[in-house]
Amino acid sequence: MRLVLSYLIGLVFGVGISISGMANPAKVLNFFDVAGTWDPSLAFVMGGALIVTALGYRFILRRPSPMLATSFQLPTRRDLDMPLIGGSAVFGIGWGIAGFCPGGALPALGTGRSEVFIFVAALLVGIIAAKALQSMSLRTRKVA
Amino acid sequence: MIETAFTPFQSLGGGALIGLAAVLLMGTMGRIMGATGILAGLMQPASLSDWSWRAAVLLGMVSGPIVVMLITGEMPAVQVPISTTMLVVGGFIVGIGVTYGAGCTSGHGVCGMARLSPRSIAATLTFMLTTAITVYLIRHVFGA
Repeated sequence: MRLVLSYLIGLVFGVGISISGMANPAKVLNFFDVAGTWDPSLAFVMGGALIVTALGYRFILRRPSPMLATSFQLPTRRDLDMPLIGGSAVFGIGWGIAGFCPGGALPALGTGRSEVFIFVAALLVGIIAAKALQSMSLRTRKVA
Repeated sequence: MIETAFTPFQSLGGGALIGLAAVLLMGTMGRIMGATGILAGLMQPASLSDWSWRAAVLLGMVSGPIVVMLITGEMPAVQVPISTTMLVVGGFIVGIGVTYGAGCTSGHGVCGMARLSPRSIAATLTFMLTTAITVYLIRHVFGA
């Protein structure tokens, strides 16, 4: 039940990404290219996703707990720090270079296109490298 | 550079499905629909049941384009206007950035913004800005 539902939710996400154009780097990059081949479609993706999520969350988060888990796991931090801002700035640079973000690229794997597999492989190496760096700096901090 | 057609209706509809998936995942599993978080949890699983729902979501995501092809008869477009080297560099940088920034377009841009989380709003504004600057520099200053 949990797994079937999770699969179907992933499928809804994957279909949404596919028809929205977020799986297409040319379209994503053109959204940011106001000075060139501008395509404003991405604003409609964000708009549609935000309206549905904001309304749905309001309704759902009023319930005492989710259907299949004991509690809602929501991030509680509200402070802004350097890893958040620096990391997001770095993410944007990579997104601007490649045109794929993780949420766009994962469903795009289903198209079977080799470029998507190359991007996701590089993405995983980046995540592993960053996790290794994070645990290293955590250890140094503990020693100091 | 590849021109892409402005698709307000598909993009809005696709965005709404992305939002629907986010609402359903919160309502059932109590989790944020973030590609970064789901990937990170797959690589460092807390438990087998924690790993299995994430794997099911990922499998569903990958099925998205295939289902779209079965319905429309056409695989969603994936146009990659950049070289393989840039794809690898971009993917690696995205991996570093989303790990430090703890989220990407889906987690911060949709789920966090919908909750009006100050961290997600700051993260989203930051990466939208650096993506736009990167695209501008690559296309209009360096002329690649």
